[in-house]
Amino acid sequence: MTMSVEKGDRRKERLDRGIKVRTDGVYAISSWIEITYLVLPRMALIVGLLALPLVLTHFPYWQRVVSIIGIYALLAIGFDFLANFVGLVSLGGGLYIGVGAYIAALLNSEFGLPTYVTVPAATVLGGALCTMILFPCLPLRGVYFAIVSLMYPLLAGRVIEALNIFGGTDGIIGLDGFSSGWVEQYLLIACVLVALFVLRRMVTEDVGLVFRGVKDNDQAVRASAINITTYKALGVFIAAALGCLGGACLAHIYMWAGISQFALDFSIIPIAATVVGGGGTLVGAVIGCVILVPISEVLRDFGTLRIAVYALILTGFIVFKSEGIMTYATRKYEQTERWVEI
Amino acid sequence: MDIFIYGIINSASLVLMALGFTLVYGVSRLPNFAHGALYVLTGYITWLLLNRVGLSYPLSMAISLAATGLIGAAMYQFILVRVRGMAISEIIASYAIGLAILEGLRWGGLKGGTFTLPPFVEGSTLLFGVSVDYQRLIVVVAGVVLVSLLWLFVSGTKLGLGLKGMAQDEQAAMTLGIDSDRMAVVAMAVGSMLAGAAALVLLPLANIIVETGYNVLIMAVAVCIVGGLGSWNGAILAAFIIGFAQILTVVFLGAHYQVVVALIAIIITLIMRPSGLFGRQKELEERV
Repeated sequence: MTMSVEKGDRRKERLDRGIKVRTDGVYAISSWIEITYLVLPRMALIVGLLALPLVLTHFPYWQRVVSIIGIYALLAIGFDFLANFVGLVSLGGGLYIGVGAYIAALLNSEFGLPTYVTVPAATVLGGALCTMILFPCLPLRGVYFAIVSLMYPLLAGRVIEALNIFGGTDGIIGLDGFSSGWVEQYLLIACVLVALFVLRRMVTEDVGLVFRGVKDNDQAVRASAINITTYKALGVFIAAALGCLGGACLAHIYMWAGISQFALDFSIIPIAATVVGGGGTLVGAVIGCVILVPISEVLRDFGTLRIAVYALILTGFIVFKSEGIMTYATRKYEQTERWVEI
Repeated sequence: MDIFIYGIINSASLVLMALGFTLVYGVSRLPNFAHGALYVLTGYITWLLLNRVGLSYPLSMAISLAATGLIGAAMYQFILVRVRGMAISEIIASYAIGLAILEGLRWGGLKGGTFTLPPFVEGSTLLFGVSVDYQRLIVVVAGVVLVSLLWLFVSGTKLGLGLKGMAQDEQAAMTLGIDSDRMAVVAMAVGSMLAGAAALVLLPLANIIVETGYNVLIMAVAVCIVGGLGSWNGAILAAFIIGFAQILTVVFLGAHYQVVVALIAIIITLIMRPSGLFGRQKELEERV
């Protein structure tokens, strides 16, 4: 390919807006406009998510969808964190959901523990269990992790079916539900917001620097006498715990845990949401879920077509528009663009 | 004796499933997660041509093989080439394409047990006192023939030598005038056709169902990891190990446990010999 500059060629020049530069520093608190500029997008997300159940008060079906969005958002945040900050692509979100759901279900049905014990317990135990079974592929390059994480959810259902454990194909039924729909929705929304802001802070701290080092140049991290496998395991634990939290909530929402909770939907929607929303932004994953999960509900009548639709959206975005919505929006918010003659 | 014979047959079918995957990964370092989808797609196209269009069996097979090869090449040329080298995007994109094909087929009507391909030759024979149907013998023959053809192609033709060069050292190959993208397209086309050929030989033994796609992907990947990603000798040896392990499991423990054999094989391999049985020279690269 030959590149030559001719008269009349243009390029797009991007400059940070003045207000963006000012709000980067301590001067942010110098005026209300600057404070608003900083706080507005964050508040829009927080208030928007918190208001969703209230807006939908008269539509109980769509209120349930809000909970489902929350579950997918937890998975998607975990996926985004793992893929774009630790460098591990997890193709098996269904594993985390399934493990979380079964642990919560077993604790609830076998030991009679209440939901406020089973959900946190399933989060921690499930995260630990998933990290343990994924551990053998962590000392290796990322492709092994992708492959093995793809295998587990596909095989887990069949193992449960074949060995007829945990209720076999019927699953574990008759679990406690949440005391009301409001508890269920606000619990999930709160978890999503906490996970989001904690992870966003974490990736800018020292530990986040090491994570990104593991992704970008693992040899350099090793040369600094830092054990890569430990950090990868920590990353997987965080992502898996988020997924298990979602799974535990899912089990209590439907009062049931079964093989279908290892389904492909849980693997593909978080990936699609992350790519559509903007990988590496964490917020993008949540926004992607808010957009994609309702589409999934609308497409429910078409059966597995919706997975195919997602896969196509995903391919389109990753190939042609890989920056995603959030990165695009951030750029528009923070920078001005103009064409300049070369 | 039947353990031995069925072990060989099972291993040969694993070799068939894994060949295409290991070829593509070996040449362009691209884990083709759409491998299983291409396998099912070939079977479905053949079924359509045979039963809906009414072509003869050999002709339908030839057309569907060619179609799969083209689809594989197009997949690389138009989609995957744009994310080449970005490991995360490569994995996601090929997985998404595979899912779109498989779930699209399921939505398009590929469900239930009504989709079957006839065996090439009906009937069965006695081999050392064990009853084996001809189709299963054809599987073994096809395995041997395809491996030999692939070997001849790679070490005998200019194109094949180019592929081999790419697999060994991409930079060096490029300095010698080998176009790395074109070679990757060729590898994808050949790899997809190998997936298709495996489907044509193996599918007459079972129904064409969407789940087969996921199974084939898992088995192909298991074989490749145990053998060492990108190593052909390793893949063949690994296919025999897993193949016999599966048959032994079925005989002594029951068919239930067969599904976990591949997973256990992968995990043991990753713990004991992370770069696989034959991945020795790549050991440093695999282990970070």
